[in-house]
Amino acid sequence: MAKQIPGVLGSFVHVDAATDAIKTLRTQGHTDLTVYNAAPNHEIEEALEQKVSPVRLFTLAGGLIGCAAGFAMTIWMSLDWPTMVGGKPFGAIPPYTVLAFELTILFGAMFTVAGMLILSFLKPTNKLMYDEKFSDDQIGIFVPCSSDRYSAVEEVMMQAGSVEVRHAS
Amino acid sequence: MTAIAQDRPTQTHAEVTRDVVATLGTHGRGYTIMLGGAVALFLVGLITFVLLLKDGLGLAGYNSPVMWSVYITTFVFWVGIGHAGTLISAILFLFRSPWRTAVYRATEAMTVFAVMTAGLFPIIHIGRQWLFYWLLPYPNQRYLWVNFKSPLLWDVFAIGTYLTVSTTFLVVGLVPDIAAVRDHVSGWRKKIYSICSIGWTGSDNQWRHYSRGYLYLAALATPLVLSVHSVVSWDFAMALVPGWHGTIFAPYFVAGAIYSGVGMVFTLLIPLRKVLHLEHMITVYHLENLAKLTLFTGSILFYAYAIEYFVAWYSGVPAEQTTFYLRAFGPMWWAGWTMIICNAFVSQLFWFKKIRTNITALFILSIFINIGMWFERFVIIVGSLGNDHIPFAWGQLNPNWADWGILAGSFGWFLMYFLLFARTFPIVAIQEIKEMIPMPRKRTGGHR
Repeated sequence: MAKQIPGVLGSFVHVDAATDAIKTLRTQGHTDLTVYNAAPNHEIEEALEQKVSPVRLFTLAGGLIGCAAGFAMTIWMSLDWPTMVGGKPFGAIPPYTVLAFELTILFGAMFTVAGMLILSFLKPTNKLMYDEKFSDDQIGIFVPCSSDRYSAVEEVMMQAGSVEVRHAS
Repeated sequence: MTAIAQDRPTQTHAEVTRDVVATLGTHGRGYTIMLGGAVALFLVGLITFVLLLKDGLGLAGYNSPVMWSVYITTFVFWVGIGHAGTLISAILFLFRSPWRTAVYRATEAMTVFAVMTAGLFPIIHIGRQWLFYWLLPYPNQRYLWVNFKSPLLWDVFAIGTYLTVSTTFLVVGLVPDIAAVRDHVSGWRKKIYSICSIGWTGSDNQWRHYSRGYLYLAALATPLVLSVHSVVSWDFAMALVPGWHGTIFAPYFVAGAIYSGVGMVFTLLIPLRKVLHLEHMITVYHLENLAKLTLFTGSILFYAYAIEYFVAWYSGVPAEQTTFYLRAFGPMWWAGWTMIICNAFVSQLFWFKKIRTNITALFILSIFINIGMWFERFVIIVGSLGNDHIPFAWGQLNPNWADWGILAGSFGWFLMYFLLFARTFPIVAIQEIKEMIPMPRKRTGGHR
């Protein structure tokens, strides 16, 4: 088990209670919060003022590379050993468009998944406090902070309506 | 307003987790019988395949000029089955159709296993199965590359991409659900689900990238699914064989694929929801929406069949006219009429709400759809090849036990994977259902 990062973990049943806590904590300077939820929730995203994920750049890059690779592979291989088929030019663009299209999708999808994994693992959660209820029906807010801030953060969470507050030992 | 009231699940978040986790690892009698049947069918196919490897393709009923027959028919059938899954999981996701959430996981799994099944058939059909890698563009000692101008090569890339992307789409969708299962089981199962959940905790950062990534995957899968059956249709439409050389083939095949796929969804889900006790999650409302999809795609098929006959008549080409005359009144009239009745006519029964909401009727009709769509491909492939431009070279196919053995085996192979998946992984998407249920609020109180 990885060494835990010190901080406070609050559990919430009500979504508006959780967003209240997030907003208050953010105004107090706790901007590196981690919020756990069983499903994506727009209210939480808005409270956290999340920016759009850069995963789309991976998709775009993958798609463009796939399309270029599709045309490059087919044209190069046709010219490497030129064989006349059906009277068509060696580097025939219309039939190769089908292959370039398929590779655009394939590379786009693979790059998207790679982007999702890389971006998610850039901020690992294995050293943060977690509770199994967060994949069920509760929202969790973890605030990394030093032990002298524990009571202040716990106070904010309790006031917002947290059902359980714990801190790292 | 009843429809709107029904489209949102009525359970709480916790109930959704419990109900879906309860489906895992169950050993009901119904399930065991279904799995036993699937394994038995798979063994029939396996034995037939071993004999084919030993004795060669001469064992099957190939008969010149019909050199594409049951195996290619079954290939097209299974690729088509997959299409409904991607339509429901990706296209309806982009359209924000709320009713898809209850059925999408099962249909996406169906897609992956159907394409896995389909992928076997070109390999079985090539005869020297151990040389299948010749289909791929790899550097070899003869410096020869594959023929990229052939639709068969487009197929290799289309099916390969389809299998990879739909598997990825299924697995990506599964990760948050596996994490939910991980947190609700214990012992060795917890360890296995922990590894499979790759450290998912549902943190805001994970959801931020996940939601966007999933959206792009859906956006990529959408044109892909339309391209795959179009490419499969061009395997035929690019050739000058009468009955194949039509410009309507791509949309005609895509509509047929979705029609057959939704038929298979009924065949699978109706017994499964009973066996896994999911009747309250996969409801008549969901099945009725699927039936409407069947009606829509079935009507496109009806139109395509009519246009095919019209074009044959209007073309003035005797070979084309003869092929279509023989489809209805030739030696294989029974196959031609099975296709028309089971697809064009059966789909029209879904105009009636009483049929759309009757689960027994849906199940029975789905069997007709499966049969009809298999025969559609059989008629197109075998019917056209048997009656080509030169009547001197006409011939009939005589399918034998080696053809039927592999066909039966393919159903066993597909059902075996599907059933094993259903008891190992959440067959209903926990995360997406929860997204539909508003979280409780302290200010208004209650659940909404």
